[in-house]
Amino acid sequence: MNLLIKNGRVIDPGQKIDDVMDVLVENGLIKELGKGLSVPADAKVIDASGKYVVPGLIDMHVHLRDPGLEYKEDIVSGTKSAVAGGFTSVCCMPNTKPVIDNKAVVSYIINKAKSEGLCNVFPVGSITYGMGGERMSEIGELKESGCVAISDDGKPVVNSELMMRSLQYAQGIGITVISHAEELSLVGQGVMNEGYTSTELGLKGIPCVAEDIATSRDIMLAEYTGSPIHIAHVSTKGSVRIIREAKARGVKVTCETAPHYFTLTDDAVRGYNTNAKMNPPLREVQDVAAIKEGLKDGTIDCIATDHAPHHLDEKDVEFNEAMNGIVGLETSLPLSLKLVDEGVLKLDQLIEKLSFNPSKILNLGRGILRAGSIADITLIDPSAEWVVEADKLASKSKNSPWLGRTMKGGAATTIVAGKVVYKR
Amino acid sequence: MAEFKHKHIIALRDLSKEDMELLLSTAESMREINSRDIKKVPTLRGKTIINLFYESSTRTRTSFEIAGKRLSADTVNIAPSNSSATKGETLADTALNLLAMKPDIIVMRHAVSGSHYFLANKINCSIINAGDGAHEHPSQGLLDMLTMKDRFGRLDGLKVAIVGDITHSRVARSNIQGLTKMGSKIYVAGPPTMLPPGVEKLGDVTVCSSMNEALEDADVVMMLRIQQERQGKTLMPNTREYSRYFGLNPNNIKLAKPNAMIMHPGPINRGVEMSSYVIDGDQSWILKQVENGVAVRMAMLYHVCGGELE
Amino acid sequence: MSNEQTVLMDGAGIKRALTRIAHEILEKNKGVEDIVLIGIRSGGAFLSDGIAEQISNIEGGTVPVGAVDITLYRDDCSGSLPHHPVGKTEIPFSLEAKKVILVDDVLYTGRTIRAAMDAMMDFGRPKSIQLAVLIDRGHRELPIRADFVGRNVPTSQKENVQVVFDSANKPIEVLLEK
Repeated sequence: MNLLIKNGRVIDPGQKIDDVMDVLVENGLIKELGKGLSVPADAKVIDASGKYVVPGLIDMHVHLRDPGLEYKEDIVSGTKSAVAGGFTSVCCMPNTKPVIDNKAVVSYIINKAKSEGLCNVFPVGSITYGMGGERMSEIGELKESGCVAISDDGKPVVNSELMMRSLQYAQGIGITVISHAEELSLVGQGVMNEGYTSTELGLKGIPCVAEDIATSRDIMLAEYTGSPIHIAHVSTKGSVRIIREAKARGVKVTCETAPHYFTLTDDAVRGYNTNAKMNPPLREVQDVAAIKEGLKDGTIDCIATDHAPHHLDEKDVEFNEAMNGIVGLETSLPLSLKLVDEGVLKLDQLIEKLSFNPSKILNLGRGILRAGSIADITLIDPSAEWVVEADKLASKSKNSPWLGRTMKGGAATTIVAGKVVYKR
Repeated sequence: MAEFKHKHIIALRDLSKEDMELLLSTAESMREINSRDIKKVPTLRGKTIINLFYESSTRTRTSFEIAGKRLSADTVNIAPSNSSATKGETLADTALNLLAMKPDIIVMRHAVSGSHYFLANKINCSIINAGDGAHEHPSQGLLDMLTMKDRFGRLDGLKVAIVGDITHSRVARSNIQGLTKMGSKIYVAGPPTMLPPGVEKLGDVTVCSSMNEALEDADVVMMLRIQQERQGKTLMPNTREYSRYFGLNPNNIKLAKPNAMIMHPGPINRGVEMSSYVIDGDQSWILKQVENGVAVRMAMLYHVCGGELE
Repeated sequence: MSNEQTVLMDGAGIKRALTRIAHEILEKNKGVEDIVLIGIRSGGAFLSDGIAEQISNIEGGTVPVGAVDITLYRDDCSGSLPHHPVGKTEIPFSLEAKKVILVDDVLYTGRTIRAAMDAMMDFGRPKSIQLAVLIDRGHRELPIRADFVGRNVPTSQKENVQVVFDSANKPIEVLLEK
């Protein structure tokens, strides 16, 4: 089936396009962009007036929980949630059971995603075997079998030498290392950000310097080895400054933040709300401001959700016992669009961070609407208002801090390789 | 006439000045019962109170048990093994099972801050907090205030020094919340490792750079318990050095007002946060605190029974 | 609120009634020996002081006077209404083998007296308990009667009888509110 997407506002930062025009899709590829394109005989027409037509959104940081933890999420429900949020590609983190540290698990994910998934799934392999922090995974084979990056996301590689050698080795293979920057000795038994709120609630705090130190270490290792590094889920003012300075020095560092880090502060924890418990924890006002500043000046390259589904039983418990993380795929787009309303980002900058940049960092060959490229396209309705409701979320898990909140903007139509996989 | 409208007592942060005044005045009346030969009134006859203590505590649990019994309630003590997780039963399940036995009040102590709020959303009986993590210990705060009121006849304008590990102290938090509403001024001192960020914003709190500064002209000196196990290895060198800088002794107590009252939530580590001369001296009100504990808890049990669902 | 008020007794009338009650107490008990007065808070406690004063005037010497707050003995504590503030009970002497004269201002359903009698038992085993009230307005719900009555006032249940005290807790008048 061929598609003609008519009269949408096409925003393609990769080609510096921002104009009302038509997009013709043929055989799963972009055929042509132009004004007033005629309708080919066999093409289905999608009226995109009033909508943004952008390269398919890419979330480079999600937890699909498959294999092993399917009670939280699986590839089918996770990709369903992704396309509902406007994402055409997701990169899934390796903390599954078993860990993505070998070809068999990678193949399982890729095959299941191809046969049952609704969008592209790019696995991220583990840096260390079993994410144990003891010895390197077979990084070469991980790359060969389809991993687009390596990370021990969820925990840092504590041993600095192992981290340094992994960076060197990965550079030789040609795969990006994603750092989960956390100094565990400073995290201790902490369950939320250390600050006035933790003092008032009597909860053990995690100081922001726990993230800053680890960000520094990994950037210094990358600088020393000359290897590229990507810092995941940046949440602190300190980390933004450290990354900004490193970029200015020419270090090959990229990074991402998540919508909750530019939307919420640790105030959201009040009432011991376990849906505001995540790692890194929600920080304070000055951190939120620094994250926005980092997005604005380009220090922060990408917005990724860190979509972390958890079963109700893992969240509906005492605060200390609750698992870290929230679902994010379906709320990322409206929360990110708010940055445009607030004047933090221009629309094309936002699309860059949601699509073009992640593709570039991970060499996915997507994130652009050039003739001949794969037709992953997201149609965004910027004015759609909707309420986040547990039973309407496509994800198996409902651990969102925004339940009951009204969101503005969302995916109208999600197209993966020329095929409509989601329609609002 | 003032009415107590709370179904639960979880934190003094949630109570108004009027609520606390009512509880204190009721506690003063309850004290008379404790001095009788027959120390029992029929008020809560037929009510069932479950004391659910996830952390061991002889003093607080006994005090709540006696308070319930003196009001003629039936009291049951339950101490689940410290890690309920190993038994596989969650707090919510334990509570729902207990609830099936129709208690009127659950008095709970739990190591996790905020677990009482979690529980209050699940069950429909009254909940009284007997201590949650480093959050609050409202009955201790109230009995401390009652004891200060006994000594001074007022709380307004008192200078209260709280010395020790504020970060990990639920007693300090309840006192700061309660005393601030009653008009007292609080001065905290301790090693900087034990002063949590923003503590000065918790109430009318001044952070002192030394213990002497906090003690100066204090009406009340409240010392907090220091345990090597709780404070861990990173907050101080050892208890010896701690007591040199932050221990209360016959010398530094002279900085406080003559006849200043000395308090401690117990149990005391003699020779660490306080020397025996001070603990057993004339200015010590520590045993009076314990005595007042029963009356305060009777008042809490009495009023939550008449409170409305929030 | 009630809009119509009638004065049932004025200050002098109350004083006469209390004097008569004091005489009756002495007569019935053949003197002051072993007599203690316990006023029920709040009105009864104020009146018991007046009766004690009259007894002293008549016989000389002093009669021990205590006060009881019956809040904790009420029979409506099991409901979910906000619990009443608890007043102080002050009985700084033993009731063992004493002749206790309970004093209340208005006798109505009898429930307060029941609660007060239970409270007395918690203080020991009195030889007897007698009841003195300024007003008996009827409508008993329990088998209780007063031994000494200032005045019987037939009322309807819609009406309210109130003894008014001044700031020094001396009785001023008794009002019937319709």
